Amino acid sequence: MTETTETVLPDARVEGERLWLSPVELERATGWSSRPEGLCRGSICVPIPPGREREFLRGDQIDAAALWRHLGQPLVHSADGGAWVLGTAAADRVAALRSLEAPDFSLPDRTGRRHSLSEHRGKKVLLVSWASW
Amino acid sequence: MWQALYEELKDHGFVVIAVALDSREGDPLPWIEAATPSYPCLIDRDHRLAELYHMVNVPQAVWIDERGTIVRPTEPAGAYEGFRRMDRVTREVPADAARITAEAKATYLNAIRDWVRLGQASDHALDAERARARAPQPTEEVARAHVFFKLGQHLIRHGQPEEGDRWLSEASRLHPDSWAIWRQRAPVTELGLAAQPDFWARVDALGERRYYAPVDMKGMP
Repeated sequence: MTETTETVLPDARVEGERLWLSPVELERATGWSSRPEGLCRGSICVPIPPGREREFLRGDQIDAAALWRHLGQPLVHSADGGAWVLGTAAADRVAALRSLEAPDFSLPDRTGRRHSLSEHRGKKVLLVSWASW
Repeated sequence: MWQALYEELKDHGFVVIAVALDSREGDPLPWIEAATPSYPCLIDRDHRLAELYHMVNVPQAVWIDERGTIVRPTEPAGAYEGFRRMDRVTREVPADAARITAEAKATYLNAIRDWVRLGQASDHALDAERARARAPQPTEEVARAHVFFKLGQHLIRHGQPEEGDRWLSEASRLHPDSWAIWRQRAPVTELGLAAQPDFWARVDALGERRYYAPVDMKGMP
C-alpha cells in the first residue's frame, strides 16, 4: 500500500526488512522505476549511492524498502511480511500544506461511488470531518 | 448541522463534503441515513483525509476556494468543548456552557455565510500569508502513525485483528493528539463512546489543554 494505491504483488520476495520487486511491480505499486541514472519517478531521479548497489539491486530486482528508507519516507510491514505500507514523509506533507494547494483525494460514499475534491473545482468547498462516535 | 447550511448556500457556488473518519465496518451508515444529506458524504476507513489535512478530531474543517486553494487550514468546525462540564451521571451540560457552545456554532456558520457571500474579501478567508502561518505541521511521528494505522486497518480487514489492533495502538501512541485514531480502538456502547470511562479519563488527562484547539476567529470562545 502506498499513499494512494493498494497493489497485489505476486512476484514480490520478502526477506526480513527487504522487499524485492521486479521493475514492473515496483512501477505498478509505487510509480518508481529503475533507469541507468538511478531510481526515478517522473522527472525525479535518485542516484544509487556508489558502492551500495547491492543494497538496492539484485539482478533485475529492486529493494523497494531500501529505496523508501533512502528517500526518508516511513514504511512498515506486517509480522509475516505479507503486507507493506510505504508512506509519505512529514516534510513532504508539511510542504504540501504550506503550498495551500488543497490535496486531492478520492473516497467512496455509502453506495460505493467515488468522489474527488477536484470534481468540485469552481465552487467553495467546506471539507469537514465527522464520525458516528 | 451541515444539511441546512448546504441547502441555504448551494445556489451560491458552495458545497459541503463530509468525510467520516470511521473505520469499523458499517459504522457510519445508520448516521448517514438518518441525516439524509444531499451533499457528498464520504467514508474514509484508512483516515486518508486525516493524513492529508492533518485532522485529529471531529468536526474539523478546511475551507477551499474555487481555485482549490486553502483559505482556512484545518481547525475545529464550530465546535466548543462545553461537554467537558457535563454532569457525567445525568449527562446534562450547564446552561452557560451550552450557551457558549451554541454561540461558537452560530459564529462559525455565520463566518461561512460571510465567506460564501464575499469570497476573498471576507475577513474570514485568510490571505496566503496568514493561511500559511496556520498550516498544520505534522511531525515524523505523525507520518509514521498514519503508516501504522493503515497497516492496522488492512490487517483487521483481512482476518488479522489482533496484530491489526497492535498497529492501531502503536499509531495512537505515536500520534497522541489524534482522537480520530484513538477512537477506532475505544470500546463502543449503545450510549455512544462519550459515555465511556476511557474517554473521560483521556479528556481529564488534557488538564488545561483544549480538546478542540482554539479557533482564531472573531467571536469564538
